[in-house]
Amino acid sequence: MKSNIKQKVDKLIEDYPAKVFKNRKDHIIVKDKNTEAAITANTRTIPGIMTNRGCCYAGCKGVVLGPLRDAVVLTHGPIGCGYYTWGTRRNKGRTDEDEKNLLAYCFSTDLQESDIVFGGEKKLRQAVKEAIEIFNPKALFICSTCPVGLIGDDINAVAREAEKEYGITVTAFSCEGYKGVSQSGGHHIANNGLIKNVIGKGDKEFGKYSVNVLGEYNIGGDGWEVERILKIIGYEVVSVMTGNGTVRDLENAHKATLNIVQCHRSINYIGEMMKKKYGQDWIKVNFIGIDSTIKALRDIAKYFGDENLINKTELVIAEELEDIREDMEIYKKILNGKTAALFVGGSRAHHYQHVLKDLGMETILAGYEFAHRDDYEGREVLSNIKADADSKNIEEITVEKDVDNYKVFLSKERYEKLKDEISLNYYAGLIKEMKDGSVVVDDLNHYETEEFLKILKPDVFCSGIKDKYVAHKAGIFSKQLHSYDYSGPYATFRGAVNFARDIAMGISTPAWSYVTPPWKISPSIIGTVRGND
Amino acid sequence: MLDCTPKEYKDRKGLTINPAKTCQPVGAMYAALGIHKCLPHSHGSQGCCAYHRKFLTRHFRDPVVASTSSFTEGASVFGGGSNLKTSIKNIFEIYNPDVIAVHTTCLSETIGDDIPTYIMQSKIPEGKLVIHANTPSYQGSHMTGFSNMVKGMVRYISKNSGVANNKVNLIPGFVNPADMREVKRLTKLMKQDFIMFPDTSGVLDAPLSGKYEMYPKGGAKVSDIEDAGNSKLTLALGKFASADGAYELENKCKVLPEILKTPIGISATDRFITALKDISGNEVPYEIEEERGQLVDIMVDNHYHYHGKKVAIFGDPDLVIALTEFVISLGMIPKYVLTGTPGDTFTKEVNQMHENAGIDGKVKALGDLFTLHQWIKNESVDLLIGSTHGKYIAKAEDIPFVRIGFPILDRGVHSYMPIVGYKGAMRIIELISNALLDRQDREAADEDLELIM
Repeated sequence: MKSNIKQKVDKLIEDYPAKVFKNRKDHIIVKDKNTEAAITANTRTIPGIMTNRGCCYAGCKGVVLGPLRDAVVLTHGPIGCGYYTWGTRRNKGRTDEDEKNLLAYCFSTDLQESDIVFGGEKKLRQAVKEAIEIFNPKALFICSTCPVGLIGDDINAVAREAEKEYGITVTAFSCEGYKGVSQSGGHHIANNGLIKNVIGKGDKEFGKYSVNVLGEYNIGGDGWEVERILKIIGYEVVSVMTGNGTVRDLENAHKATLNIVQCHRSINYIGEMMKKKYGQDWIKVNFIGIDSTIKALRDIAKYFGDENLINKTELVIAEELEDIREDMEIYKKILNGKTAALFVGGSRAHHYQHVLKDLGMETILAGYEFAHRDDYEGREVLSNIKADADSKNIEEITVEKDVDNYKVFLSKERYEKLKDEISLNYYAGLIKEMKDGSVVVDDLNHYETEEFLKILKPDVFCSGIKDKYVAHKAGIFSKQLHSYDYSGPYATFRGAVNFARDIAMGISTPAWSYVTPPWKISPSIIGTVRGND
Repeated sequence: MLDCTPKEYKDRKGLTINPAKTCQPVGAMYAALGIHKCLPHSHGSQGCCAYHRKFLTRHFRDPVVASTSSFTEGASVFGGGSNLKTSIKNIFEIYNPDVIAVHTTCLSETIGDDIPTYIMQSKIPEGKLVIHANTPSYQGSHMTGFSNMVKGMVRYISKNSGVANNKVNLIPGFVNPADMREVKRLTKLMKQDFIMFPDTSGVLDAPLSGKYEMYPKGGAKVSDIEDAGNSKLTLALGKFASADGAYELENKCKVLPEILKTPIGISATDRFITALKDISGNEVPYEIEEERGQLVDIMVDNHYHYHGKKVAIFGDPDLVIALTEFVISLGMIPKYVLTGTPGDTFTKEVNQMHENAGIDGKVKALGDLFTLHQWIKNESVDLLIGSTHGKYIAKAEDIPFVRIGFPILDRGVHSYMPIVGYKGAMRIIELISNALLDRQDREAADEDLELIM
């Protein structure tokens, strides 16, 4: 089977033009536990290839800053970029009392030709003034788009002046679309800005058992589900970055004891910088899937080492499991033995393998759109990754220890004991957990998608909106794992049931049985006499 | 919902809030998909292409193919020539379209990439074509982008060979595949031979067969777009999306242009049918008169569901102008009419309609939904018509909402149901009536719930 798949993969890429072949062959591997295969990732997509990737702006404004409820996120550029990120990431956010919730708004300077010619700073200054006068937000973030970087508008100067004049946090993010090779550069730029200008500003104190949830964007209400469980067990959630998040909460994030990281790719920079600056450890968790949620909850409890928390954790796990047992049995019967291909994000292609496994499904292909090698192979490869021209264009900031706020929770002995047990400050990546013979593809593109669907014939293809209907036309159910097809939550125990229900529904909806017209299925019945059967 | 929107209206000079338009390239991409076996190509950063594909895919719920030049910082500094040439080579070798339709972005426009030169320097396989349109995102809107790509098609493909084909060109405008099908059906009923381009029917409403086709059966054939230079007339439906293409055909091939409103509603459809009658010299067949008669019957029989109701309409100028005319003919009051696309002719035309109908309304081009919402907060309306983004206002102000336009991201099937022609007008009346009556039912006290309405 394994060699068979390998041959088919080889054949698939051999059909590429020479240069494309040379590039793509290092982005695709067939898992073989006897060899340590390295994958190429976070490199340029070849021009002309129909990639699923987006841009730096999408990662900064669309992913990391977009979900913050109490900030005006102002797009500085022509109208499109702001328009396309208006509400499209499903940034769910509930308004607190007398709080300003700005999630349903889209703010843009809508640059016109004259602004491109004569500079857009004046218009930006005016837009900032108007936004603050009308909305009086907690903070204002300026995100620049491609042409702004080229015409040289000094958005940092505008931000500095505005902060002085209006007395609120105003931060500029130079996240022009062309920077880096995908959304990933934008995550990094957003992380840098939040560390420099937001996190650490607050002075609210929290108890010992307090956490930040990093890299949780509350798609479909996932973050709410995670918070619900953490709170029942007895944790204080200081901030969620950034789903249903607020600048107000982020300012106090340095006061939490532990950072738990859901999406490693988009936010590991903040995790690492907070460790250096404030002494907070981070642990990688995965709340997608039942077994993985149980592991995450136990790891967190172990970190704090409090007997009551550990016992409460087991109690909550038992209760939640009992709640979903019957439903899960129903869906397992439908889904057991089915196969899935996953192409999504910088984390989800890993996370969702767990919930699929819970349902008896096998992941036969997995790949990320914008991940780096550490997301595939684990953080141990970080020191081997050479920075190229594109990654050097993304600012790498260094932080200093904040003496007043630096706190270490674990004693040295305890740290040593727990380090490996709960993988402190470490992420193992996706490949280690994949089965032999399964395929791993980085930056999967349209041609490869089409071919892999033919070769592997998965029962479900989990990807995004751009591929969804390609799979449907080919007769394969496709589930969007960026937006969940507007369903959710999929996180934790209850989320697993929602996910199972949606996948079962998609696979078994009667429509699939009508794809071939009856007259094309059994032409031989023509001429037979009715009543004989 | 939208709780931070104040009632007090103030002019803004720098800030757009909740736009009613998007940028040129998505319109160009949509138009290019209306050529058979064409791969639209976005010359800029990856994000542009990803966003445009997403929006079109969500609106049509069908695959939208397009490639990108994947600009990096280096290309942005040194020019995108090598990216475009590499793209063209790879696209023909891997995806094998008949045509690549390149459109620019704000990035490649700002650095001044010379697309025609890059195309000339590229190796293009025999029988294949690369066309282009300049679509700077900082001018106009997605409507302008659609119009520019149509112009590009004429410029690169249409030819006057000197042999008249006795056909009429139909430029359908930025409408759904179902509308294009309906325009073709009516033209066929008028027994007039035609060439429609772009034509996204059969491309973005392709059937599910169990086999994915990257280039479905539909789309205008290159040979037909070429032959459009020999037609006797071009009917441009919708001034904003289609007029420039028609004028380009006049300049290049001497084909006479006739600019009509998008045939939405009874009067605009009447003018479309009359134009076809005049061009073809054929009588209007009974089938069409029957449809028109049915529409009038419906308008008379159902008028009390909507007559006198105030409506706010926003969206793309061609659709909004035609819809405004239609709702006036239904006895409704288009109180607020707004488009995000710039254009004085929009304001003039709608103001004129208001004046003729004696309506005291507000009209704005280059407006945004924040303004529309503030107008509504000051004096409310009974109905809102527009694209999906209107749902925030509809919820905030509790106004019945009819989705017409682009993009519709939260409802399916709409792109299969025409809104043009007499049949389309019937559908609009049904949508409007049902939205108003559903609300009446929902809010009626038990004793007031009417079984028969």
